[in-house]
Amino acid sequence: MRTAFIDQLIKEATENESIFLLVGDLGYSVVEPFAEKFPDRFLNAGIAEQNMTGVAAGLAMEGYNVFTYSIGNFPTLRCMEQIRYDVCYHNLSVKIVAVGGGYAYGPLGVSHHTTEDIGMLRTIPNLTVCAPGDPVETRMVTSFLCNHSGPGYLRLGKAGEKIIHDGPLQETGNHFPKITEGKETVVLTTGGMLETATAYVRANNLPWGIYSVPFIKPMNEEALLRIGGAYAKVITLEEHQASAGFGSAILEGFNNLVTAGKLTRFPDVKRIAIPDMFVGYAGTQDYIRKQVGLHL
Amino acid sequence: MQAKLTSGQIALAAAKRIVTLAYEKKASHIGGALSVKDILAVLYADILRYDPAVPGSPGRDRLFYSKGHACMALYAVLCETGFFNEDMLNTFTADGSYFTSHVNHKVPGIELSTGSLGHAFGVACGVALAANRKHQSHRVYVILSDGELDEGSNWEAFLFAAHHRLSNMVVIIDYNKVQSFGTVNEVMGLEPLADKLRSFGWDTTEIDGHDHEALRKTFASAAESQKPVAVIAHTIKGKGVSFMEGKLEWHYKSPSSAQWQEALASLEQNNV
Ligand SMILES: [Mg+2]
Repeated sequence: MRTAFIDQLIKEATENESIFLLVGDLGYSVVEPFAEKFPDRFLNAGIAEQNMTGVAAGLAMEGYNVFTYSIGNFPTLRCMEQIRYDVCYHNLSVKIVAVGGGYAYGPLGVSHHTTEDIGMLRTIPNLTVCAPGDPVETRMVTSFLCNHSGPGYLRLGKAGEKIIHDGPLQETGNHFPKITEGKETVVLTTGGMLETATAYVRANNLPWGIYSVPFIKPMNEEALLRIGGAYAKVITLEEHQASAGFGSAILEGFNNLVTAGKLTRFPDVKRIAIPDMFVGYAGTQDYIRKQVGLHL
Repeated sequence: MQAKLTSGQIALAAAKRIVTLAYEKKASHIGGALSVKDILAVLYADILRYDPAVPGSPGRDRLFYSKGHACMALYAVLCETGFFNEDMLNTFTADGSYFTSHVNHKVPGIELSTGSLGHAFGVACGVALAANRKHQSHRVYVILSDGELDEGSNWEAFLFAAHHRLSNMVVIIDYNKVQSFGTVNEVMGLEPLADKLRSFGWDTTEIDGHDHEALRKTFASAAESQKPVAVIAHTIKGKGVSFMEGKLEWHYKSPSSAQWQEALASLEQNNV
């Protein structure tokens, strides 16, 4: 995903001179092509994420569309208040990019498990929160953020994620990319759990629908309304704590639709997420996902 | 268009507004507002390039006010220099007013909302970096309190600005020696502060932060520096109001009617 991100960012930056990339002393063997091509719009801000986010806000005040890039919790939780106050209150074009969403850095330990970011960030006004499901979605979302005025968050996996969508997406922007339609039951995923859902449904030949939800906030309520009208059972799957994450956002979305009278029946929602725990042992991403129950 | 005011006139008028606002609106942080007012008065009278009719004009010098709690000083100076009128200022802290008691960028002339300490310096670094990358000649000023140097984020910014040679940047520390719950020496000593900043790569000057001539000279010569410039302005919390000077309680208290009258008389008498 990170290669798809940087490729797309370079493509956009070639035409869009406002794009600026700040890295927090990370990005070895990923961001170099950008740095070489656009030295005037690249800076390694050092291991100082609070300052990097402030600098990003300052650059954005002066007209740049700034991407900050680091691992997991460092450009996010480490500098929550800079994100909230400097970036989001001033509604500045700063896009926070975290690599290693979920347990992508499984063996590195809890410091590198990115499992609370969505919940914490989606409470902040003005911030668009994104977690693409595969490299194809990553390109689409990156392109969206390059052309979006205002703050954004992009949660990426790492490297080697399978391509799930054959060819480019039919639609761009905030929508639910469809993998397959089904009957009765639908699986909604965000981020890299798309691969898990797709593999399971195909291997078991289930008649279930599968949709990816790369934009968690703002929630596309029209897309959610179509899902709620077409399926009685909804399963949400995410690599994030159950509290306040993607499944919670889906529940809130259905609740809004039911309360507003747009949806007559509240679907039966089963949330699959991390059950309020830290994982204090090493393990590959696949191993930890299975251990904590992130499977259908 | 009003006649150009001297820094002395701005400082005295601002000081009166500060004590009056604190009294009328029962506001806190009068001490830190009075300690910084001379710095602001000199900047707005003689140093900064700005047009109050076009607060966001691209060529303006940018001032980042990190000690957002001392908002009354900046609001008062912006009022004196024509960014908004007295009626607008008098909505200070009223229901629905943008004049919140930590500075708010929704007020004309305020670059950045602050109030959480240790934020503005990093943002100012980004603005100074952008000016360098775009070959623009405007300058970037940051006003920090002494107490907020406890925040690690400020030291990240000290490192950053020196490393990237942001010589278009001037950081002014309002060193009034008192912070929220004690003196700076009691809570978290900063000395030797000038040595610290010099060792971080900053062109550092210590001056009397109430001496307008010294402030003017220091700010004017900062433009010559090849490094970012730090001005340690030694100030007195509550400066100009004799019974408030150096007293921790005036970080919080607002004056009674009698104290307000006494403060106005004291300001006249001390002719700040
Ligand atoms: Mg102080």
